[in-house]
Amino acid sequence: MEELLSSPYLPPLVATLLIIALFPLVAGYMVLAERKVLADLQVRLGPMRVGPYGALQPLADALKLMLKEDIIPSGADKWVFWMAPVLSTFTALSAFAVLPLSDKFYVADVNIGILFILAMSSIGALGLILGGWSSNSKYSLMGSLRAAAQMVSYEVPLGFATVTGIMCAGTLSMQGIIQAQYERGVWGAFDNYLLMLIPTVLFIIAGTAETNRAPFDLPEAESEIVAGFHTEYSGFRFALYFLAEYAAIFVISGICVTLFFGGWLRPFPNVGFLETPLNVGLPVVLFAAIALACIKGATRQIITGFKLGMFGLAGAALLLAALFAVPVINPLIVGLFWFLAKVAVLVYMFIWYRGTFPRFRYDQLMDVGWKWLIPMSLGGLIVNSIAQMLARS
Amino acid sequence: MPRDYIPILIFVVVAAAFPIVTLLVAKLIRPSAPGKTKLEAYECGIAPETDTRGRYSIRFYLVAILFVIFDVETIFLLPWAIQFDALGLFGLIEMLVFLAILIVGYVWLFRQRALKWA
Repeated sequence: MEELLSSPYLPPLVATLLIIALFPLVAGYMVLAERKVLADLQVRLGPMRVGPYGALQPLADALKLMLKEDIIPSGADKWVFWMAPVLSTFTALSAFAVLPLSDKFYVADVNIGILFILAMSSIGALGLILGGWSSNSKYSLMGSLRAAAQMVSYEVPLGFATVTGIMCAGTLSMQGIIQAQYERGVWGAFDNYLLMLIPTVLFIIAGTAETNRAPFDLPEAESEIVAGFHTEYSGFRFALYFLAEYAAIFVISGICVTLFFGGWLRPFPNVGFLETPLNVGLPVVLFAAIALACIKGATRQIITGFKLGMFGLAGAALLLAALFAVPVINPLIVGLFWFLAKVAVLVYMFIWYRGTFPRFRYDQLMDVGWKWLIPMSLGGLIVNSIAQMLARS
Repeated sequence: MPRDYIPILIFVVVAAAFPIVTLLVAKLIRPSAPGKTKLEAYECGIAPETDTRGRYSIRFYLVAILFVIFDVETIFLLPWAIQFDALGLFGLIEMLVFLAILIVGYVWLFRQRALKWA
């Protein structure tokens, strides 16, 4: 027992189990956040019935999807049909293994971290293609063909933008990339006399296309091909595809934050006098404000259970605020706070795009990818390499 | 270090087990009442007339081929990007020559209208 407790693999194992157990819940709440934000953009309320302000909607949805009948079309290739969503989920979750959630909390830090994530997301495209092909439905096949061509096209500018970021950091290790930004005293996005903003913007655009999100959601364009590659999927397999999509969004945001926005570093990591206001003051004020908002929301609830639930949420937020105020615990959790806060901003932007931009036509999508993003990302790489050479010699 | 990869191996195994286990659990609790029409492929209510696995546009194949070229270029760029400081000006010029060859190829593709979709 003692040997087991002192094993170097215990912390990664604990982190693994925590991430795998918690991420489906996080994905559920990402869906709820998306529905709420979209509703807000369209001057609606969004889910309001299940729990106070719809807070329990993800749990109800998960239960419903578990209990739904699972239909496998008679013409489908059963084995591939079964395997495709599993493959999608598995690869999307695997990328979390090297995502540096904080300086203390991560599963592994290997010297090829970012390559591992890119490899896994490339295999993830196979899950979509196989799922669409095996369904033996025309809509599914069209969706999967579109998905394949789109993911392949946008992987090139994504790769060039990543290479530019790596060139700036000089390492492939995720923790090493963050460390390099700390040493240079500037976030990747603002390095090389602001020229790194080019790959940053291109990375976000290509990342949106890689995750098949609006305005690049051609593989599942409802108005043209029903639901695209997952037309024939129902019940829990459908849920797995959804989980994979949201995991991919989280991972792409995580890579972007790591490469270009300083990972778990606070803003201005080298400015000493900002440490207390940003690392202690900001989280405490933020969670206290959330607690206040919850209490205000609780007074508007009529059902006693919902009222108590809102007070419970307020209590949890207050507890978090208190934890950030304790000097011993603060350094343990503040990295996680900054990483998740930055990822949350990017995820919010992904949802915002969906509420704002109209969908591309397929030829426009391919034009943007091949005729604009690839030359621009190549140009960004060349300009940045010259600027970096001038800056360092 | 190969030892660094053991946590990844643990993670990958757990990540693979998660969807399989949840699918098996869902199989135990969900209803199953298949029917002939229910199991037909969805085609807006009309019986499918032709087989799905027919022909599709050659464009998709072309995109796949082009992707291989550019992806290999990205792979060649990676080692240079990591060793940027060590390779110095020599490495930069070498890489600019390499990229120039790539760009010539890209311009040729552009003029061949290989990048035009419609």
